[in-house]
Amino acid sequence: MEMKLTLGPVLFNWEPSSWRDFYFHVADEAPVDIVYVGEVVCSKRQPFYNKVLPEVVERLKKAGKEVVLSSLAMVMNKREAKTMRELAANEDLPIEVNDVSALAHIAKRDHVIGPYINVYNEDTLQHLAAHGARRVCLAPEIHFASAKILAEAGEACNTNIETQVFGRMPLAVSARCYHARLHKLTKDNCQFVCNRDPDGLPLNTLDNRSFLAINGIQTMSDSYLDLSDKMGEMQAAGIRHFRLSPQDCDMVKVACLYRRAGKGENVAEKLKALLPDARFSNGYYGGGAGYQRLSA
Amino acid sequence: MTKKQHRKTPELVCPAGTPSALRVAVDAGADVVYCGFRDETNARNFPGLNFSRKEMSEATEYAHKKNAHVYVTVNTFPQAGKTDLWRKAVNDAVDCGADALIVADMGIAAYAAKTHPKTRLHLSVQASASNPDAIKYYCDTFNVKRVVLPRVLSIPEITALNDEIPCETEVFVFGGLCVMAEGRCLLSSYATGKSPNMNGVCSPAGDVRYAQGKDGSMDSKLGVFTINRFAEGEPTGYPTICKGRFKCGGDTGYIFEEPTSLDAISMMPELLQSGVTAFKIEGRQRGKAYTEAVVKAFRKALSDYARGWPLKTDALIALAEGGQSTEGAYKKTWR
Repeated sequence: MEMKLTLGPVLFNWEPSSWRDFYFHVADEAPVDIVYVGEVVCSKRQPFYNKVLPEVVERLKKAGKEVVLSSLAMVMNKREAKTMRELAANEDLPIEVNDVSALAHIAKRDHVIGPYINVYNEDTLQHLAAHGARRVCLAPEIHFASAKILAEAGEACNTNIETQVFGRMPLAVSARCYHARLHKLTKDNCQFVCNRDPDGLPLNTLDNRSFLAINGIQTMSDSYLDLSDKMGEMQAAGIRHFRLSPQDCDMVKVACLYRRAGKGENVAEKLKALLPDARFSNGYYGGGAGYQRLSA
Repeated sequence: MTKKQHRKTPELVCPAGTPSALRVAVDAGADVVYCGFRDETNARNFPGLNFSRKEMSEATEYAHKKNAHVYVTVNTFPQAGKTDLWRKAVNDAVDCGADALIVADMGIAAYAAKTHPKTRLHLSVQASASNPDAIKYYCDTFNVKRVVLPRVLSIPEITALNDEIPCETEVFVFGGLCVMAEGRCLLSSYATGKSPNMNGVCSPAGDVRYAQGKDGSMDSKLGVFTINRFAEGEPTGYPTICKGRFKCGGDTGYIFEEPTSLDAISMMPELLQSGVTAFKIEGRQRGKAYTEAVVKAFRKALSDYARGWPLKTDALIALAEGGQSTEGAYKKTWR
C-alpha cells in the first residue's frame, strides 16, 4: 500500500466560516488522502459546525478525499451520548471513535479508532479489529518500537496503524474547562472564550519556559510534533497512514512538505522557515520525554 | 433492566501499598483492600511499594480470615510485545485468592474474562468509562461487574448513571485527585518519558528535583520543567503537573488545580442516595498511619450516618494533600 497522508480533525474553536473555508481550501489544494471532520474537544462547539458540515463533506468528497467523521473524546451527559449514538448510526461515512461509548452502537461496521482510545498492545488491537476497527490512530506517547509491533499485528487482522506526524499533541482531557477557569467563567456559561486562541493558548513555566497549551477542556503540547524525518522508517515497518493535526497556519503547504518527506526528502529546514515561531519535538518516538527534540 | 439492590452501607474499599498497610486497613474496618504486584502492571508502581506473589497470598489469607476482601489492580496498559507480564499478573492474582481483578486495558480484560470467567472483573478508573454506553460496552463485552467511576461526574450524573447501567459503581471519596480524565493523561510522559498508562507512575520520583533560588525561594522541578516556586517558609509540594503554578494568558497561578485532594465526606449522604455500591479511598503510596486514620474516620462516619448522627466533616483535613481539600467534580461548579 502507498503512503496515505491524513488530516486530523481541527481541535481548536475556529469561527465556523473560517472552519468551512479551511476545509474548502484543503479540498481544492491539499495533497492529503483522508480528511477527518467533526468536533472532538467540546460538545458546546458542535452546533456551530453542524450548520456547515454537510457542504464541507460534500466538497471534500467531490475532491476525491476519503472523509471520516470524528467524534467527541469525552461523553459525560445525555445530550453528548445522543450525539454519539446518532454519529455511530450514520452509515454514509465511517466514524473515528474517540470514546468507548460509540463502540456500543457501531455493531461491526468498519470504523477508525482515534488517538483518545487506549490501544497500547496487540491484544487490544486484535479485540478492536474483530469488532470492525480498520484503522487505529495511536496516542502520541506510544513509541516507534511499540508502533512497529502493532503494525505487524495489524497486518494479521486487517487493521492499519496511523500515527500523528505533525502538530501539537493532545496530552489530556478533563471535565474542567481551563479556558473558562482562566477567564473566571463557569463551564456552562463559558462565552466560548476558547475561540480567542485558534492555535491553543500557550502555558509557560514560572521561569518562562514554553511547556503546554490549553484548548478548552484539552491540554496539548506547546511543541509541534514533527516526525517528517521518520516517515521512511515507519513505512518500512508497515505504518503508512500519517496524520497532520491542523494548526492555524498554511496547512496546504505543511501537507506538501510532508508529502515530500514521505518520499525521503529532508524538509526540516523548510518546515522551520514556514513556521518560524514553532518549537518542534519528537522525543516520544524513541521512547523519551515527549517535549524533546532529538536529532536522528 | 432489573433494578439493582442498593446496599444500605457502602462497601469501604481501602488502599494498601504494603502488606503491613493491608493488615492495618483490615483491622481499622476496611471491607475491601486493593493492592497490586511489585511491577509496572499496576498504577502505583513506586519504589518500595506493592506486593510479591508470596505477600499477596499471605495478604488475602489474612483479609479472608477477618471477613475482608482483596481486589488486585492490574490496571496499566501493557506495552506492545510485553503483554505476558500482565497476563501473568492476572493469573497470579487469581492463584493468590483475589476476590476481584481491577483492569483497564481491553486486551487484558478480554484475557481475564476468557481465562478466569469465575473471577469478578472490575473496570479501573484508568479506563475512563464516564457514561452509560461505555460502561455497558464493558459489561456486555467482558462481563464487568463493577466500574470505578472517573472523577469527572457530578452527583446527579452519578445517580442518573446508576439507573442506566447493569453493574455496580465505586466512587472515590478521599485522597489524591486527578484533575485530568484518568487513563487519558500524557502530561507526565511529555515531561519525563514515563506515564501512568505505560509505567504506572505519574511524575516519577527519579525526575523530581528541588532547586533553591538566591532569594530563599524553592523551585520544584519535574525533568527540566519548573512546576512550582515556593517563597521562603512556604511549605513545598510535590511537582505534579496538574497542580503546579504556571503562566498562561497573562495570569500566573494554579491554571489547572490547586495542590488539593478530594474529600467527599460531607457529600456522603448524597453519594449514598445516588446508588453507588462502594466508596474508595485513594493512597496506596501513603504510609500506614494515613491508611489507618482515613479508614477509621470513614468507618466512623458511616456508622454515625447509619445511626442518624451528624457527620463530622473536618476530621480529615490534616491528612489531605497540601492541607487543602475539595469535593471535586461531585459539585458541578468545580468544572
